[in-house]
Amino acid sequence: MPLGAVIEFTNITKKFGQVTAVNDLSFTVEPGRVTGFLGPNGAGKTTTLRMLLGLVAPTSGTATFGGLRYRDLARPLNTVGAALEAANFHPGRTAAHHLGVYTTAAGIPRTRVAEVLHTVGLAEHATQRVGGYSLGMRQRLGLAYSLLGDPGVLVLDEPINGLDPEGIKWIRGFLSSMAAEGRTVLVSSHLLSEVQQSVDDVIIIAKGELVHSGPLSSLDTDIAPQVIVDSPDRDALVTALTEAGLAFTSGRTGLIVAVPDPGQVGHIAFAAGVELNVLHRQKAGLEDSFLALVEGGDSL
Amino acid sequence: MNLILRPVAAEFSKILTTRMWWILALVLFGYIALIACGLAALFGGLDSGAISPDAVNSGGGTAGLTGLGSIPPLIYSFAASVGYVFPVLLGALATTGEFRHQTLTPTFLATPKRGRVLGAKTVALIVMGAALGVVALAASVGIGALVLGGFGIDPLLADGETWGLIGRTVLAMAVWAVIGVGLGVLVPSQVASIVIVLAFTQFIEPLLRFASTFTQITADIGKFLPGAASDALVGESFFTLASPGGAVLTSWQGGLVLLAYGLLATAAGYFISWKRDVT
Repeated sequence: MPLGAVIEFTNITKKFGQVTAVNDLSFTVEPGRVTGFLGPNGAGKTTTLRMLLGLVAPTSGTATFGGLRYRDLARPLNTVGAALEAANFHPGRTAAHHLGVYTTAAGIPRTRVAEVLHTVGLAEHATQRVGGYSLGMRQRLGLAYSLLGDPGVLVLDEPINGLDPEGIKWIRGFLSSMAAEGRTVLVSSHLLSEVQQSVDDVIIIAKGELVHSGPLSSLDTDIAPQVIVDSPDRDALVTALTEAGLAFTSGRTGLIVAVPDPGQVGHIAFAAGVELNVLHRQKAGLEDSFLALVEGGDSL
Repeated sequence: MNLILRPVAAEFSKILTTRMWWILALVLFGYIALIACGLAALFGGLDSGAISPDAVNSGGGTAGLTGLGSIPPLIYSFAASVGYVFPVLLGALATTGEFRHQTLTPTFLATPKRGRVLGAKTVALIVMGAALGVVALAASVGIGALVLGGFGIDPLLADGETWGLIGRTVLAMAVWAVIGVGLGVLVPSQVASIVIVLAFTQFIEPLLRFASTFTQITADIGKFLPGAASDALVGESFFTLASPGGAVLTSWQGGLVLLAYGLLATAAGYFISWKRDVT
């Protein structure tokens, strides 16, 4: 079982002429967890990942896997698996031949090609030319490439883009299982909602700078959380909440109560003998604080 | 399999898993076979009297055309003097395709030492260029000798010099593929690269070579043009016959000049495009 390595970015900066794409980023990514690398389009996510993989030379700073730069890894594909975008293929080559080229280059047994194609659900399209693939199939093939060397570290740039709902469900489970095996999993996305069900940690950048890093729950703090509650007898619920002195507004799916704890609202209803058919925490809170971070650039 | 051989094997695999190599080989064979067949029939006809010499206006360089001893090697030499465009195209397509289809990303992820990848590509293309040379010779020697033999002309296949020519043709085609790789890294745009190959080989260089023969000074420069160097390496070509008195390099000089073009272009391209950020 390959062990995950710690990914470490140290003061990494990239300037394209006068434009600073990535500015003095420092953060670490731990093994055994899924880390979401988030930021709006153009925030510098892809440039940062390409610097990590030695494809783009940083203007200054370093990015390492367990202390080694990518180009210094003895067996790169067996250490780090990366899927960067859905277009790195010669359209006239079949999926199996495409992967075969790189098993040859990296000295990986050829049997891995069929294995990874099976893993990502492309086994029956293995001998089809990639030019005829859909975007979702290309995403899966990119993922298959990253898995060739059974690496301890996965670096995936927007892997969910273009996947159908079934594929999204599959990849979420897949990422979690990879992390559970002790691998380091770094996944970028411009949408928090796309990855929030599977990530443990988040790194958020905006305009090339780090604006937040920490566990997913750390996003859930300052921005006022809310509870949605509803009852078949809404008037009774309104009375109960008013008597308890809670502020609330009326929403489409129920009453929106400005408290963080659904238990507190449930207790009030129970004490007042009001039946509930909806009681949950407002999930948009994470997305709201994410948006506040990338737009305002303020730290939590 | 070690760190050098693996990338080379991967480069072979890249070439052989797409259709371009056999399309080029097929067109090359047909093209050279047509020329060899036509010219062998023409000279065979002249020699056997089936075509009257008066019917042919052979222009300036008639000296070589009437000495029948040189006709078989002349026909055989079309493999390189006309066919050299094909290894250049294969080399240029192999390199520019990596930029065009963004396969540099998975390539450099699998082999992060980029110089090693370019070296491996050069080695693979040398072999592919030599293989195209064999295909071209199968057309020029195979078809040419058959037609010459049909007219009762000795195709000189037992002659050691003929086999020397065949060996040097394979060598020249291999080096032309290196030039293709070099051009591909110098001009990573696939369309621009192909336009340059076709314009230079089919139009610009023949004109320059012809014009350079007008004075001694330009002729001394013109003999270093890649096509002239290639003809010098092979030792025989319709172009040198058509420009009598033109300065030529010796065979080994021609080979070294041609190789220098390929290696210099590749080295310059390494810094211009290959080492750049892959975005």
